[in-house]
Amino acid sequence: MSNPIFQIEKPGLLTTLQDEGRHGYQQYGIVASGAMDPYALKIANFLVGNKGGEAALEVTVMGPELKVLSDSVIAICGANLSPRLNGHSVSMWKSFAVKEGDLLEFGQPIEGARAYISVAGGYDVPVVMGSKSTYLKAGMGGFEGRSLEKGDVLSKVGNASGVKGRAIRPDETPTYEREMDIRVVPGPHLDAFSEEALRTFLSSTYEVTPQSDRMGYRLKGPKLEHRSSADIVSEAIPLGGIQVPANGQPILLMADRQTTGGYTRIATVISSDIPYLAQAMPGCKLRFREVTVEEAQEVYREKDRFLRTLERVAVH
Amino acid sequence: MKVSYAPLGDTGMQVVFGTEISKETNQMIRRMTDHLKTHPIEGVTEWVPAYTTLTLYYNPSVITYRALQDSLQRIFQNVQEQREAASASLVYILPTYYGGEDLSFVAEKNGLTEEEVVRIHSSEDYLIYMMGFVPGFPYLGGMSDQIATPRRDDPRPEIAPGSVGIAGSQTGVYPLTSPGGWQLIGRTPVKLYDPDQEEPILLESGHYIRFEPVSKDEYDRIEQEIERGEYTVQTEKKEEVMP
Repeated sequence: MSNPIFQIEKPGLLTTLQDEGRHGYQQYGIVASGAMDPYALKIANFLVGNKGGEAALEVTVMGPELKVLSDSVIAICGANLSPRLNGHSVSMWKSFAVKEGDLLEFGQPIEGARAYISVAGGYDVPVVMGSKSTYLKAGMGGFEGRSLEKGDVLSKVGNASGVKGRAIRPDETPTYEREMDIRVVPGPHLDAFSEEALRTFLSSTYEVTPQSDRMGYRLKGPKLEHRSSADIVSEAIPLGGIQVPANGQPILLMADRQTTGGYTRIATVISSDIPYLAQAMPGCKLRFREVTVEEAQEVYREKDRFLRTLERVAVH
Repeated sequence: MKVSYAPLGDTGMQVVFGTEISKETNQMIRRMTDHLKTHPIEGVTEWVPAYTTLTLYYNPSVITYRALQDSLQRIFQNVQEQREAASASLVYILPTYYGGEDLSFVAEKNGLTEEEVVRIHSSEDYLIYMMGFVPGFPYLGGMSDQIATPRRDDPRPEIAPGSVGIAGSQTGVYPLTSPGGWQLIGRTPVKLYDPDQEEPILLESGHYIRFEPVSKDEYDRIEQEIERGEYTVQTEKKEEVMP
């Protein structure tokens, strides 16, 4: 059963449906996509009683204006983009009830870049290759393969009542600074770089430039020199991979990256720090810190245990 | 053959099979993925074969980097010792109307007639080394140097799906509308990427493509059959000689 939940009055800068991404098809060239900030996505879902991997609306910097079409429970997590319900500000990281006729809108971006609006039951769009995520470049998945426009009507699955007033502990609520320490595992193409390159990379500050989107962030900072060529034989490129073309300026690969690429990579951001990168605005300053794969996996497992505990509590 | 392993952050691993782009390397990678299909490793979520590498993505709560490397090392040794052939490769036959806008340029550049370009281009079975770039795009190997032609100085903003082109010593087919600098020599009505199908991607790395010249009338007829859902892409089993 499907029920209309939102009518789009104003679409905002870029509003798309995203879940955990389209996995299992990268070997055919199908881009993974998915929420830029998977942590905020999961928490937003848990708060309304959904499974963590359900799709939510990903809202970018300037949020949309949504007319509520049926009584529901929703939650907003991630960036603080000044959400308001009928003119009154609403709490982030906490589920709340909305009624038919309410108006949900956003104001000034205060902190972070991307917010996630979940709805109890989840949004009703077709599952394409195992995912509800929107991949804009190929017009695939999500709501008709595109970002939302004025007049669109989104529906939710079923008529789950959801749980209002559910919040997570404040110390589990991330803060998004304008300067961030980001952990990386170096490699795999260190041989292609000069001896100083990795040292330069790990000891300098790199700025997120305006040439940044869901596909990747172009960074600006001290040049990373190659030993000879910046090109490699094309191979798979991972989320968080840091690719360095011949100009020596790094590019961070994000959710909508292509499946394969032909540039040398100096390091990979660990998955636990991807949610922070997702919230970096142009002008943010990044410092990269080296960790071993074992350390990174310990961090992963700890976070995963926490999320699985939350899911057990949240989903019945 | 020697392999090496490298972490890609905490959820990826790259297996490197030398630096040489060759059919042998491709066969070895294919034998590894054949094994992964029939004997899945718990925690491995997906893998992406490429020219000289195989990349695996996995869940570190289920399997650690070290344990995954040990598993892959054992699989590699088994596969190498048994010298079993990879699963049979197919040749996908793509009917192609050779009427591309750059056909005459490719001919002129190489001192050939257009007919000769078509004959050379359509007489080879091209190995799909990897898929990527855009959904359903095959990276092909094995084109004759006789028809090699540099990319266009001035890339086209929009190339139609099914366009067959040449870029340097590579040939390829565009699965969906995209910009590009390839020299276009023809077009196939067959859809390499069709989001309306349950299996939206036609091709898979390790198989082959053959371009079969057809007339414009034939092209139109096949295109209509495809629209009506009445066309099946022809395949042939590829006879492989073990290296």
